Amino acid sequence: MPFNLLVLACITYVILLFLVAFLVESRARRGRLGWLRSPLVYTLSLSIYCTAWTFYGAVGYAARSGLEYLTIYFGPTLVFIGWWWVLRKLVRIGRQHRVTSIADLISARFGKSNLLGVIVTLMAVVATTPYIALQLQSVVLSFGVFAEHAPDGSAPLGADPTAIWVAAGLALFTILFGTRNLDAKEQHHGIVTAIAVEAVVKLFALIAVGIFVVWGLAGGVSGMMQRIDASAITGWAMNPGRWTGLILLAGVAVICLPRMFHVLVVENYDEGHLARASWAFPAYLMLMSLFIVPIAVMGMERLPAGSNPDMFVLTLPLTEGQGALAMLAFLGGFSSATSMVIVEAIALATMVSNHIVLPVWLRLRPAGAISEDVRAVVLNARRVSIGVVLAMGYGYYHVSGGSAALASIGLIAFAGVAQFLPAMIGGIFWRGATRVGAIAGLIVGFAVWAYALFLPSFGPDAVFPAGLLADGPAGIGWLRPQALFGSDGMDPLIHALFWSLFLNGTAFFLGSVVTFPGPVERLQGAAFVNVFEGPLRPRGLGGGHVEPEALLVMAQHILGDEAAQTLFEEAARAQGKRQSILPDPTPAFVSDLEQRLSGSVGAATAHAMIANVTGQGTVTVDDLMTVARESAQLMEYSAQLENQREELARTATALREANDKLTQLSVQKDAFLSQISHELRTPMTSIRAFSEILAEGDLPPAMVARSGRIIQDESRRLTRLLDDLLDLSVLESGKVQLTLGLANLREMIDRSIQAAEQVKPETRFVILRDLAAESLFLRTDADRLTQVFINLISNARKYCDAPQPEIRIAVKMKAGRVRIDIADNGSGIPKDAQGLIFEKFGRLPGEMRAKGAGLGLAICREIVANLGGTIAYLPGQGGAAFRIVLPLRLEAKAA
Amino acid sequence: MGQHVLLIEDEPNIAEAIGFILSRDGWQVTHLSTGTGAAATAQRITPDLIILDHMLPDLSGLEVLAALRGDPSTAATPVLMLTARGQSRDREAAARAGADSFMAKPFANAEILAEVRALAGRAPVARG
Repeated sequence: MPFNLLVLACITYVILLFLVAFLVESRARRGRLGWLRSPLVYTLSLSIYCTAWTFYGAVGYAARSGLEYLTIYFGPTLVFIGWWWVLRKLVRIGRQHRVTSIADLISARFGKSNLLGVIVTLMAVVATTPYIALQLQSVVLSFGVFAEHAPDGSAPLGADPTAIWVAAGLALFTILFGTRNLDAKEQHHGIVTAIAVEAVVKLFALIAVGIFVVWGLAGGVSGMMQRIDASAITGWAMNPGRWTGLILLAGVAVICLPRMFHVLVVENYDEGHLARASWAFPAYLMLMSLFIVPIAVMGMERLPAGSNPDMFVLTLPLTEGQGALAMLAFLGGFSSATSMVIVEAIALATMVSNHIVLPVWLRLRPAGAISEDVRAVVLNARRVSIGVVLAMGYGYYHVSGGSAALASIGLIAFAGVAQFLPAMIGGIFWRGATRVGAIAGLIVGFAVWAYALFLPSFGPDAVFPAGLLADGPAGIGWLRPQALFGSDGMDPLIHALFWSLFLNGTAFFLGSVVTFPGPVERLQGAAFVNVFEGPLRPRGLGGGHVEPEALLVMAQHILGDEAAQTLFEEAARAQGKRQSILPDPTPAFVSDLEQRLSGSVGAATAHAMIANVTGQGTVTVDDLMTVARESAQLMEYSAQLENQREELARTATALREANDKLTQLSVQKDAFLSQISHELRTPMTSIRAFSEILAEGDLPPAMVARSGRIIQDESRRLTRLLDDLLDLSVLESGKVQLTLGLANLREMIDRSIQAAEQVKPETRFVILRDLAAESLFLRTDADRLTQVFINLISNARKYCDAPQPEIRIAVKMKAGRVRIDIADNGSGIPKDAQGLIFEKFGRLPGEMRAKGAGLGLAICREIVANLGGTIAYLPGQGGAAFRIVLPLRLEAKAA
Repeated sequence: MGQHVLLIEDEPNIAEAIGFILSRDGWQVTHLSTGTGAAATAQRITPDLIILDHMLPDLSGLEVLAALRGDPSTAATPVLMLTARGQSRDREAAARAGADSFMAKPFANAEILAEVRALAGRAPVARG
């Protein structure tokens, strides 16, 4: 077959895939995926598990090792049927937390640790890059088989250009369809569908070759059975240890391989699809494995000895002259290789860009300058990452030169990615798992894998010197890479798998037990482990199809009825809808709406609400935290407003109080001036009237004398009033000069009683005193205090209306203060007037009215205050009673 | 003339001075030092003129005035109010309450005599 025709077929096939991917993508954009979202497509996309290694290599494997190749199918079958609940939990977590890769899952579970993301990413790249190289090799080999008609299937010379073209073409395809858009969830409907098509092609091709072999060459089932029985394959002894190990390895790999995780979890559209896949995928694997043995047996029989059994699928039809069938087989192998490379590249590129490129980019940027479109940056990072991943695959292929090392790289890669298992499964089932444990387990497991399996696989003296492999580093026997801790005689693969997983799991467990998870870790741990306890999110019609009514209702709650209605009507008109006011919930409309809503409730809340209504993913801890932050900002803002409002209210109250006080003061001042006017004018009226009478002359002498005495009395009254006013003014201003000194209280009281006798000198008062108690010395202003006593005793003499008037003076010392009560036995002061008596001009009404100006008690109060004490009316004493409390020692005020 | 003046004034010296001035001029003066019962006294003795202090110890002069004006026998009796506060507000309040004249303390003896004469002479229905 001419090489050019082969290239043409390849290109046609690739164009077909492009078309499929393109059509599906454009349908997806219009929200009309329909049956393309069926469980069938999901199941078929899982078939990327079957790479070229499985397609071509399984036959070779069977030819070399008998039925052992079946372990590669048993593992996934057991996992899909028996571990269905684990897969379901992974898928649920993946959906709820919008997991983008296995690195993202592990990083998110352990407190969004980017260090973990980086570790997992690097491990995945290291472990699977050779695997990509393996696919390139298989394509190159198959090309070679066709092009040069080399039935022995040896690697052709000058294969590099082919590999380059294949790698470049795959990179182009992957970039075109793998980075078209950046969903919150990394779903690529076009690619998934194209892969499903490829899955059909490879299954069809393999079965076609099988049918040709069984019925075309062997002459039917019975003939085939006889040949199989006769072949060497049945002679292979089954090694139970190795079988168990391989089944375990394949089972682990089917969930840990980045590409498998990608299609299984990330591309999962509906959790229900998994239920179908749990039996359909094992069925697919069974069909794929059905004709492996017949092809291997027939290949060994028909083809010359020394032919590469890995290429039997191709070389058998070719040598039998079945060009078309060979072409189909070639396309099957091509499909296996390309689909694996594409998805692996997407999965790895997502990890590399999300966990390595973007964090570095964000860190390198000047702070606060994230103005450009981050989406563009992410997409470009992903494109570059795809290119890098494929370039590395090609580089590995080129360096290894298609060596035999590649043949076993599939299982080595399996063992490498199996190191993710403890952290992943532990993370979703054990809340006690911690970041430190995960990091320790991954690093230990990966190191053991590299040391015991990966590096030795390059052969003696390639990486490790032969001596190290044989005797251990520095001759330490128990550190021999392929016989750790003296475990001699084990199969190297099983040996490495056992020790790496065992030490990985131990480090993970111990690391988790001895460390304590941080708050985000605990939150995430709970969210992951208890993922099924959360409420199931309501799903829209046909999966993520949103009910526009639901969006409208939600928008009305936030924007208000009218604004929301207008927004929706405009959108409906823009979509060209005449009949309905409800627009189609296209991604563009939904994202517009989200933007509108975020103007009202903040971006995170808007996103969470939209996500809730559309059922796309759920609210993550990050979302909640952002919502909380925004709410906190709002609350802080409103608290600030509230504070300002309260402050304004306080200021207003203070102003009102000040104003009231001023008004009151003004009223008081008016009243005071009015009182003073009255108190001055009253004696002046008498003085003027009698002086005019005197001036007129012609008066009887008695009248002259009387007039003179009245004038004298009223003049004294005026003088006294002015003295009191001045005194009070000085006392009130606080500028009074006190003459402090030690004075005997008894002497002061003696003097006061004597002075007060001027008042009603004709009335005899009984004065009751406790002279012993009075005999104490006060440090005070004696003259001022005496003034107070005189005032109080005079008042008692003036107003006491008892028939046998008494004045009681009681003195008591208490805690550095002295208490002096002065009481009479009259009728006292009416209750309603008691509050008034210490005010200026606060004279009693009616007959109790004093003849004075009413300043006496006001002056007393001011004096006592200046002496550091208090004076109060003492009710309930049977008469008028006043209590003075003074400090024993008054200290001079600080100057 | 023998006309009768009711003097309601709590300050004894002022009351004595006014009493002296008016008596010398031929007026008959009845003196009360409180507001309580003043209106009753006025109704009983039906004075030709009432001199009323603005600030009494028990009632205010305005209250007494209101009582006087509220009784038919004293409603038209001329009232001269005296005040020691001398603010225009008091003058207005007195006028509103029905005082015929208003005089601030201290006053000249001639002033009060002239005012009393004028009020009593301009009281056509004084004893109506």
